[in-house]
Amino acid sequence: MSTTSNSMTFNIRIWRQKNAQTPGKLVEYKLDGISPDMSFLEMLDQLNERLYAKGEEPVAFDHDCREGICGMCSLNVNGIPHGPDSQVTICQTHMRIFKDGQTITIEPWRSTAFPVIKDCVVNRSAFDRIIQAGGFVSVNTGGTPDANALPISKEIADLAMDAAACIGCGACVAACKNSSALLFVSAKASQLNLLPQGKAEKDRRVLKMVETMDAEGFGACTNTNSCEAVCPKGIPVTFIAQLNRDYAWAMLKGAAAEPKATVGGA
Amino acid sequence: MSLDSKSPAGPIAQKWDKHRFDMKLVNPANKRKYSVIVVGSGLAGGAAAASLAELGYNVSCFCFQDSPRRAHSIAAQGGINAAKNYQNDGDSVYRLFYDTIKGGDFRAREANVYRLAQVSAEIIDQCVAQGVPFAREYGGTLSNRSFGGAQVSRTFYARGQTGQQLLLGAYSALSRQIGLGKVKMYNRSEMLDLVVIDGQAKGIIVRDLVTGKITRHSADAVVLGTGGYSNVYYLSTNAQMCNVTAAWRAARKGAYFANPCFTQIHPTCIPVHGDHQSKLTLMSESLRNDGRVWVPKKKEDCGKKPSEIAEADRDYYLERKYPSFGNLAPRDISSRSAKEVCDEGRGVGPGGRGVYLDFADSIKRLGLKAIQDRYGNLFQMYEKITGENAYEQPMRIYPALHYTMGGLWVDYNLMSNLPGLFVIGEANFSDHGANRLGASALMQGLADGYFVLPYTIGNYLAQQKEKAPSTDHPEFVKAEQEVHDRLNKLMSIKGKRSPNSFHHELGHLMWENVGMARNEKGLKEALAKIPQIREEFWKNLNVLGDKEDLNNALERAGRVADFLEFAELLTLDALERKESCGGHFREEYQMPDGEAKRDDENFAYVAAWEFKGVGQAPVLHKEPLNYEEVHMSTRSYK
Repeated sequence: MSTTSNSMTFNIRIWRQKNAQTPGKLVEYKLDGISPDMSFLEMLDQLNERLYAKGEEPVAFDHDCREGICGMCSLNVNGIPHGPDSQVTICQTHMRIFKDGQTITIEPWRSTAFPVIKDCVVNRSAFDRIIQAGGFVSVNTGGTPDANALPISKEIADLAMDAAACIGCGACVAACKNSSALLFVSAKASQLNLLPQGKAEKDRRVLKMVETMDAEGFGACTNTNSCEAVCPKGIPVTFIAQLNRDYAWAMLKGAAAEPKATVGGA
Repeated sequence: MSLDSKSPAGPIAQKWDKHRFDMKLVNPANKRKYSVIVVGSGLAGGAAAASLAELGYNVSCFCFQDSPRRAHSIAAQGGINAAKNYQNDGDSVYRLFYDTIKGGDFRAREANVYRLAQVSAEIIDQCVAQGVPFAREYGGTLSNRSFGGAQVSRTFYARGQTGQQLLLGAYSALSRQIGLGKVKMYNRSEMLDLVVIDGQAKGIIVRDLVTGKITRHSADAVVLGTGGYSNVYYLSTNAQMCNVTAAWRAARKGAYFANPCFTQIHPTCIPVHGDHQSKLTLMSESLRNDGRVWVPKKKEDCGKKPSEIAEADRDYYLERKYPSFGNLAPRDISSRSAKEVCDEGRGVGPGGRGVYLDFADSIKRLGLKAIQDRYGNLFQMYEKITGENAYEQPMRIYPALHYTMGGLWVDYNLMSNLPGLFVIGEANFSDHGANRLGASALMQGLADGYFVLPYTIGNYLAQQKEKAPSTDHPEFVKAEQEVHDRLNKLMSIKGKRSPNSFHHELGHLMWENVGMARNEKGLKEALAKIPQIREEFWKNLNVLGDKEDLNNALERAGRVADFLEFAELLTLDALERKESCGGHFREEYQMPDGEAKRDDENFAYVAAWEFKGVGQAPVLHKEPLNYEEVHMSTRSYK
């Protein structure tokens, strides 16, 4: 079928960077024949097919599920992580929300903790290392009690689910002037800290996760709430407040990140 | 040759227990001396890697995404089945077993399915212990919903994001083991070949997708949890990077590929809007409870707005053809009926490939609020994608590929015919027969990963005298060289077309000829055309960029090359299976009323294909399906 009847034209300014060692720059491309029904990433597919036809290497960008759940896509569009549409990832954004003839500037996430790999692809493995430090319940496979043995109130289960909805995309970091990862960290910590299954190692969890977060080069939170504004899953900053309380409590109790095998203790 | 499933003897309810006792064990102190490679980090792979590491094995896990948390299991919406009988509605292990066998149209292996039902309850316990926030009742107990193909409420769910929450549970368990140094995780790493030494799987060749570096990895066993192959159709509900490469590379090395023609098509997806489309989005089938499906009676009306088409000029074809089931006709029947009316030129929307799903009557009957409460999130998703308000005008829907029941052949131990190669989750063929029931994919992935493979792999490892070979072994050297040669070839063709254009062409052919309804003529036509596309691919492909760099086009080219070989096998399997069953519908084999006509006399077997070379006829091995427990009956939805 043809999309020429109501096709749109855009001036695309997109970040090109050969690899981590080479400096990058914004490169401009004129792109016509774009259907308003295309998703943002399909528009980029078009750009890439045309670059291909010209023998120019296509733009690298991360994407996979294209339905807003895998957390792979990570584009800063006109200065906003995941672009202008609210509470959706950029893969779920469609071209009809842009104006015909508009200039669209596309960049990778900007954060020291997320170094650029190529073009708009960044390395977010720092997030994995934060989870590896404490974003789990220490339970092995097998031998667990019956799932209904421990009732959990609907309110708590729902609140934990609100926190668990995080897709780990990193938009919160990209939006923050300090590159703080606190919304991400607080979402995972709160999910587990709220549930009885996760309470046993709550103190240790928050200390380890925060310690790793700092070591990875993420900045401090200064409560600008820009993270919440761009979060495609609408994770609220109240979880950051929760984490701050949990962290303060763990510090007050003097729980060490690595418990010392001493008798008595402080 | 007849294949041995190695299903244990004895009454079905005791097979797994008995088998667990009969299997050899690896002493706890010896487990660290064995290494296991797990490819894929979804529900099956992630759960397996974590569980094996907890047991003490040395595990290496590989995924091509930037993090194991992004595997495509994450996109599953609906839920996970388990025979908990929490609702006191008569559910049992036996009932879940029976529903799954019947749903699979009597083409699954009984012993495997019974075991799946047996371990289903443990999965829920495990996930809750990990902190998976399942939906709960006010009293604090877990909530259930009902799903297709079952008359009990046994589906556990976490809003519309069950797959995400279960995957994040497995990911957290895996992350814990990575942090403890028990799993070595390789992100952005793609398996490009399997290494087979003396007939046993002993390692893989991997490309680092960032640096392009090729590395050899040796182990005592290799586990593939690499998902399904829906993307052979180009457009599907699968994620962009889902592919058949790992499974196909194993098949090329001697692993049999079973029942590739068993593919599942989901009737309620958002239709294709144009040639530029990259993926299809599924919408919950529950919409059909309150929506009426129709198309215009006359072709001339297709261009009109739906509101301009009078009631008398509308064809509510499901209600007309299946008066008792109406809009809730089974998935395969409603999918095929949509295709029929569109083939007649009565489809609506872009390209004429869509039918209306109309909520006007329900809104009139129940009120707008009731419909908003039931389906609000789906209507919102539909509006984001199409820009249309489905409260004011009917939705447009069309069927799309979303799951593949076929996969690498495995025995009861989930081991392929190649000793040392284990295949789990959607990548194997074992549990869903010719059709998978809703909320059963998540169950199978986690069952394999948490509760089946960790036992059965020990039985294999305990019998290994030799330790993992050195990566200097000639077979490793040879396999790595082959990977280099293939990549060099892809880079050096320097033709005119992008990998994507070939994928698009193949997908279109597969959808038209090997899609929802298949016939001999169309299948033979596809078998003639696929080799032509493949030939053109190897002549006229152009891969830009460098091999030693992040190169999406090169990755895609390798995957499309494998699809171009695999598609031929899928088509051949569809041609050879001269019956209709589950997701495989042959137009020649149908009842007068359009129902599938199964042929148990001639086709009650698993078709496991042995690769013999590109363009060479594969060899068919049959595993007869013996139903000792369940009587094979006609799957009727009248």
